[in-house]
Amino acid sequence: MIGKTHLSLLALSSCLLATPVLAQSVNLYTTREPALLNPVLESFTKDTGIKVNAVFLKDGLQERVRAEGANSPADLMLLVDVGEINAAVAAGITQPIKSETVDKVVPAQLRPDNNWVALTQRARIVIASKERVAQDAITYEELADPKWKGKFCIRSGQHPYNNAFFAAYLAHNGEAKAESYIKALRGNAARKPGGGDRDVARDIQSGLCDVAIINTYYIGLMSQAKNEQKGWFDAIKPLKTSFAGGGTHVNVSAVALAKNAPNKDNAVKLVDYMLGEKAQAVYANGNFEYPVNAAVKDSSAVQLLGPVTPDSLSLSEVAKHRKPAADLVDKAGFDS
Amino acid sequence: MSAGAPQSLSRRPPFPWRPSTRLAFATFIGAGLILLPLAALVMSALSLRQAAEIWPHLAAHVLPTALVQTGLLLAGVGALSAAIGVGAAWLVTQSEFPGRSALEWLLALPLALPTYITAYIYVEFMGFNGPLQGALRAATGWRSLREYWFPEPRSLPGAIVIMALVLYPYVYLSVRALFVVQSAAIIDAARTLGAGRGRLFRHVGLPLARPALAAGLTLVLLETLNDIGASEYLGIRTLTLSIYTTWLNRGSLAGASQIACVMLLLVFALLLGEARLRERRRFTISAQPDRVAARRRLGRGAGALAALACLLPVLLGAVLPVGFLIAETLRLQRLAGLDAALLGQLGNALLLAMAASLIVLALGFGIAAAARRGQERFLRLLARFAGLGYAVPGTVLALGVLIPVAAIDNLVADTLRRWFGLEVGLVLIGSGAALLVAYVARFLAIGINGIESGLSRVPPRVDDAARSLGASGGVLLRQFYWPLARPAIAAAGLLVFVDVLKELPATLLLRPLGVETLATTVYGHASRGVFEEGAPAALLIVLAGLVPAVILARTRPSQREP
Repeated sequence: MIGKTHLSLLALSSCLLATPVLAQSVNLYTTREPALLNPVLESFTKDTGIKVNAVFLKDGLQERVRAEGANSPADLMLLVDVGEINAAVAAGITQPIKSETVDKVVPAQLRPDNNWVALTQRARIVIASKERVAQDAITYEELADPKWKGKFCIRSGQHPYNNAFFAAYLAHNGEAKAESYIKALRGNAARKPGGGDRDVARDIQSGLCDVAIINTYYIGLMSQAKNEQKGWFDAIKPLKTSFAGGGTHVNVSAVALAKNAPNKDNAVKLVDYMLGEKAQAVYANGNFEYPVNAAVKDSSAVQLLGPVTPDSLSLSEVAKHRKPAADLVDKAGFDS
Repeated sequence: MSAGAPQSLSRRPPFPWRPSTRLAFATFIGAGLILLPLAALVMSALSLRQAAEIWPHLAAHVLPTALVQTGLLLAGVGALSAAIGVGAAWLVTQSEFPGRSALEWLLALPLALPTYITAYIYVEFMGFNGPLQGALRAATGWRSLREYWFPEPRSLPGAIVIMALVLYPYVYLSVRALFVVQSAAIIDAARTLGAGRGRLFRHVGLPLARPALAAGLTLVLLETLNDIGASEYLGIRTLTLSIYTTWLNRGSLAGASQIACVMLLLVFALLLGEARLRERRRFTISAQPDRVAARRRLGRGAGALAALACLLPVLLGAVLPVGFLIAETLRLQRLAGLDAALLGQLGNALLLAMAASLIVLALGFGIAAAARRGQERFLRLLARFAGLGYAVPGTVLALGVLIPVAAIDNLVADTLRRWFGLEVGLVLIGSGAALLVAYVARFLAIGINGIESGLSRVPPRVDDAARSLGASGGVLLRQFYWPLARPAIAAAGLLVFVDVLKELPATLLLRPLGVETLATTVYGHASRGVFEEGAPAALLIVLAGLVPAVILARTRPSQREP
C-alpha cells in the first residue's frame, strides 16, 4: 500500500507539474527576477514564435546546471553579477556564443572571448541627503573620510554587489590600503551594515545617515514607485561618483550559453534579440540600466543620472579579487 | 533504551518480517531519502583540498561571531517561544476567561506565516515611514531619527522577537495537547492539597509540560537554526549565513559543507538529548486520562489579564502581519489588478504540499510502526537522524538532493536513449519529483515524531493480545495502530503541509522549468526590493496555511483516546 501510494503520487505530480515542451522553445535559467525580464521575453515569443521557459533561481544556479550535466535542459544562463558569470565559465558549464550580432554590438571588453555577453551595465554609486549634503560629486575614497563618521549607510559587506565593489577597490589599491579602507568605512557607518540597497535611501530620509552606496537602477525604480519609496527618492540625490582619478564601478547583467544547450540556435536568436535596439530599450529602460547597444541613446538611466564613465579595470580582473575582498570584510568585522 | 519499547516484545523470538515487507520498504526508502542529501553533504565536505586553507580564516574571523550570534539567537528565540507557548497553553487549558475558546485556536495562527514574511512586515511597520513612527512624529513635531530613538527590528533583539512570534505555536500546540490529556487527575489532586495558582504552575504544570516542551522547542530551535531569509534581512550573522557566504563569495562549497557538517554534529547531539529526555518521561505519555481537567473561572481582573496575555501573541504574530498583507493586496489591486498567474501558483503550491505530506505520512507511519517492533536500535537511530534534514539550511539540503538525483536522472536519460532511442530528458527534476524528495528529507522528522507519539498511545498489551489471537502484522496495523494513532497522524500531516507551503530555498533551487509557487513569487518580488508587490501571494500562503493551523488547534487528542 505504502509503496504504491508513493509511486502513484510521484506519477501524479509528474503529470500535473511537467511543462509542455514546445517544438520551438528555449530554456532560460536566470538570477534576474522574472518581472524584469518578462516584457522582453514575451515580445521575443510574439516576434519569433519561440517560447521561452524561464526558471528564476538564486543561489545554486551554477550547481544545478553542473549537476544536470549532459542532459540539462538549460540553454541560456542570465546572471546579474560578474562574479557569478566568471564562476560559471570557470566551472566549465558554458560555451562561447558565435553570433555576428554579438560581435558587432557588444564592445570586446564586455564579452571576454564570447564566453559571456553583457546585456546591460549598472553603476554602484553614492547617494546623499538633498537637505544635509551640499556636494554633488564624490570619490569612493572620500567615503572613508572621518567627516562622514556616523553618517554612512551600506548593506552587508558580503553581499555580491559590495563584494564586487571591494574587489575592484582591492584590485586598484592593493591589500593594505583596501583593508584600512574597509575598516574606515565600517567606522563611519551609522548602523550595522544590512538590509537591502533601497533601505539605505529610507535611512537617509529618516535622518539616520547622510551618504550611502546604492546600485543605480534602484534609484530609477524608486523614482517611479507609487508608495512610500517615492518619499525615499525625494529625499536623496545621486552624486557623481568615481575612483580618485578614475571611473565609476560598474557591474553587468549578462548571458552565457550552456555547454549542453539542447536548443542552441534558438538560444543564440534570443541573445541577438536581447541586444537589438527594441529589446535593449525595453529591458534596460524598464530596469534603469545602461544598455550595451550604443545605438540606444537617451536611456532612462542616462536621463535620470547622466552618462557614466566605467572604471577602466576589466570586470574579469575584478572577479579575480572577490575572495580576498570577502576575507578582508570578515577581518574588519564589517558586518558585525 | 530499556524504558523504550515494551520489554515483553523484545524478549520474544524475533518478530518475523513476513507481514511487514511494506514496513521494511518504507523504512528503506525513508533511510535512503534522509541519508542521500547528508551523504552528498559529507562527500562534498571531503572533496576539495582548498577547503583546508579556509579554516584558519573562518576560525579567526567568521566562526566566533557566528557562534555567539547563533547562540544568542537560539537562546532568545527558545526562551521567548517557551514562555509564550507554555504560558498560553497553561492559561487556556486551566482557566476560564472571556474569549478563551476562540483564543485557544487563534493562538496557533502565527504558524501559517513564514518567518521571512513576518520579518519584512515588521521592518516596514516599525520603519521610519511606518504608522508608529509616523504617529510619533505627528504627535511630537520631531522630524528625523536623530531627534528620537525608536526600537529597530533589524537587530538581534528584533530578530528574537520576530522569530519567536512566528515559532511559539510549535511549543504551544505540543504543550497544550499534553495539558489537555494529562493534567486532570494530578492537578485536581494538587488543588485539593491546597496548592495556589502560582505553585500549581511551577510545581505541577512545568514539570508535566517538560517532554512536550522539549518536543516543541526542538522544532523551534531547528527552524531558527536553518533560517536564512529572516536572519539575513535582519542583519544577524548566523552560522547558516556563514555557510552561505563561504559557498558564494569564496566559491567554496567544500568549506561551506564542512561548516554545515560541524553544525549538524551539534544538532545531532541536541536531538539525542531530546530523545533521552522524552524516553525518561515516557510514563507521562502513557498514563490513561479519564477526563479533561475542569477549568477554573478567573475573577474579572485576572480574567481580563489572562485574555490580554493570550491575545497579544495573536495580535502581533498573526493579526498585524495579515492585516498588513490585506491592506497591501487591496492597494495593489486598485493600482494594477491582481496577477492571474497567482491561481496557478496556488495550485502548484497546494499540490506539492499535499503530495509531500502524504509521502511523509506514509513513510513516517512505516518507520514509526516498524520502530515499535524489532530492529529497535537501528530504527530509533534512523528516526533521530531524520531530524537532521530539518536542521540543514534549505539550500544546502537542496544541493545535497540535487547532486545524486541529477546523477540518477542522467543515467536514466542516457540508458533510455541508448537502448530505446527515447528522449525523456531529466525525469526526476523535470517532474518535480526531486523537489518532493527534498521536502520529504526535510520534513520526515515531523512525521516520524508525530506518529511515534501517536503510537505511544497504543498500549503494548494491544500488540500482544492481537497477536495471541493470531492477527497478522497487517491487521494489527490497519485495525489497531491506524485508528488509535489517527489524530496524531493527521496533526503531523497538517504540520508538514503548512511547512511545505512556506518552504522557500529548496523550492527555489529544485523546481522544474516554468513552475512557480507562491513562495517563489514572493521571493522574486522581495529580492527586487518591492516586497509589497508579493503581498497577494504572501497572503495566499498565509490563508492556505491558516486552514490547517486552525484544524490543528481545534483537534483535541483526548477525544479519541482508547
